[in-house]
Amino acid sequence: MARVELVNIRKSFGALKAVHGADAVFEEGSFTTLLGPSGCGKTTILRMISGLESPTSGDIFIGERRINDVPVHKRNLGLVFQNYALFPHRTIGENIAFGLKYRNISPSDMAQKVKDALDIVRLPKVQDRYPSQLSGGQQQRIALARAIVIEPDVLLLDEPLSALDANLREDMRVELKAIQDRIGVTSIFVTHDQSEALAMSDKIIVMSAGRIEQIGTPEEVYNTPATAFVAGFLGASNMLPARVLGRDASHILLETPEFGQTAVALARAAALGTNRGATLSTGDKALLMIRAEKLTLGPAGGDAPQAVVENVDYQGQLARYFLRIGETRLQAINMIDAAPFLAGQTVSLTLNPNACSALPEDTSA
Amino acid sequence: MRVWSLLKFYTVLVYAFMFAPILVVLALAFNASQFGGFPIEGLSLRWFYKLAENEAIIRAMRTSLALGALTALIATTLGVLASLALVRYQFPGKAFITTFLISPVLVPETVLAVGLLIFLRWLHMPRSFALLVIGHSIIALPFIVLVVQARLVGIRKDYEEAARSLGASPFQTFREVTLPLLLPAVFAGALFAFTISFDNITATIFWRPSGLETVPTQIFGMLRNSVSPEINALGFVMICITVGLPLLAGAVARYFSRKKI
Ligand SMILES: Nc1ncnc2c1ncn2[C@@H]1O[C@H](COP(=O)(O)OP(=O)(O)OP(=O)(O)O)[C@@H](O)[C@H]1O
Ligand SMILES: [Mg+2]
Repeated sequence: MARVELVNIRKSFGALKAVHGADAVFEEGSFTTLLGPSGCGKTTILRMISGLESPTSGDIFIGERRINDVPVHKRNLGLVFQNYALFPHRTIGENIAFGLKYRNISPSDMAQKVKDALDIVRLPKVQDRYPSQLSGGQQQRIALARAIVIEPDVLLLDEPLSALDANLREDMRVELKAIQDRIGVTSIFVTHDQSEALAMSDKIIVMSAGRIEQIGTPEEVYNTPATAFVAGFLGASNMLPARVLGRDASHILLETPEFGQTAVALARAAALGTNRGATLSTGDKALLMIRAEKLTLGPAGGDAPQAVVENVDYQGQLARYFLRIGETRLQAINMIDAAPFLAGQTVSLTLNPNACSALPEDTSA
Repeated sequence: MRVWSLLKFYTVLVYAFMFAPILVVLALAFNASQFGGFPIEGLSLRWFYKLAENEAIIRAMRTSLALGALTALIATTLGVLASLALVRYQFPGKAFITTFLISPVLVPETVLAVGLLIFLRWLHMPRSFALLVIGHSIIALPFIVLVVQARLVGIRKDYEEAARSLGASPFQTFREVTLPLLLPAVFAGALFAFTISFDNITATIFWRPSGLETVPTQIFGMLRNSVSPEINALGFVMICITVGLPLLAGAVARYFSRKKI
């Protein structure tokens, strides 16, 4: 078990820059998720930590040791792949024992460790079968057993659940997290599935196009996204162009044509240093971010902004509304009290300023 | 419909012309008559006995088997290493090297044979058995590279990467993971190499030192005197080896695949 640190890691494949200067710390025993759309460089970062790819520049530390020049087989890492990668010509028992052969372990200890690993993944009776005789979910559990039996310093998982079907995937997610909690190994998990990331992680690193957009706990990245990209990638949210009217020690005052003046708590705007909203000053252009579930619909009338319901997506307890104020389109997700509002209806909108964030204008788009 | 039946008829004819001579050889090998020809006058194994007593043929057979085995060994080893480099690594000039390794298939054998001979003359080296082994290996190499490469492309890198992450050095990874997964192709390639060497006559005639005969050159030599029924028997043996070996290999491969994966 060890902490992992990346210092200004860059990776280019020829002319293509896959990772542009990433800095990150993975605390000892933590479960960190690399989250981002396809092609953003998640696998590349994981492969550089594992040693299967070497960074173009920058340093990688595991524990206190700089491991840039340590070959893969001397790094003592557990790797779990999307396609399991169990050796098809070896039995399950041999697969799990594979890594133990290269560590001075007596045959009897080895047998015991294999048995323990199979118990941990709750597949005690499959020792003598071949991988092709197991289901996908079982194979992935064996792959996990093979990776943890060597007691790795770090466990690296590259979309280990994405080859499984939806139900199995949720079960495996819970189980994987439980196993990680139990053995306490520092884990780095790659996914492009936000619900997986939110449910499992101690920390989430949100990436886009080779850059780290934000590092934070699931609550932090969800509630106080640092950039418009993060806000748009996680959950449904509205982003309204705004102007900074002023700021004081605790609040930043934004003005939007739709909602007039909104005072956004600076604690939210300035979450944890990574939030570039902290740098906004009077007169700047900005974005007011409102989560779809924090925008509440009410009966028409009153002082609140009035909107027209264009479409309703009925989801049982919830309804997702597509709204229009003037030319601006908004989304809202509300619990249904008695009956949902209907398309064509005029409604009033309230937004809770405490659930809003101020973001710098999106320059990447 | 008519076109199809014509086509069928034509196909059957093509195959008949291809296989008829072989069948004739196979049948005449058992003909008791001294002057091989139809109709067959009686079945006997006497030509096979005669074959077994013919020192020159036994010697040629031994040479051919040794030559084939060495060719298989060398060409397969080099072919596997070359395929690994070509499939698993990126380096400049890769396309050129691929073409270069495959080129012996494209060059007419006579040209290749003369070329190598001139090269050796230039090095002041005499023709020898070693030259034959090298030459046959060059001829067989492309086939092995093609077969092994095709299989290697299908073996996902994940397996090797998993092995490396678990603590296996590059060599241990090759021995424990890549090679076992590659084995069917290695086996098929080695067999190809053996058969190619065993059958070869054109290049062999150029390269063999005087006095050294392989089975094909021995037959060729015997034919110059007369068509003896012994040749039919020898043909029968050769067909058995070149057809039987791949069949045997197929059976072995099937047996392993049923047992394992
Ligand atoms: N070996 C390579 N050679 C060239 N380009 C590569 C290589 N590996 C990755 N890339 C490129 O680097 C970028 C990042 O790839 P990476 O595999 O890290 O993405 P990812 O975030 O894991 O995506 P996904 O969710 O689809 O797995 C992509 O543009 C990809 O095409
Ligand atoms: Mg990936």
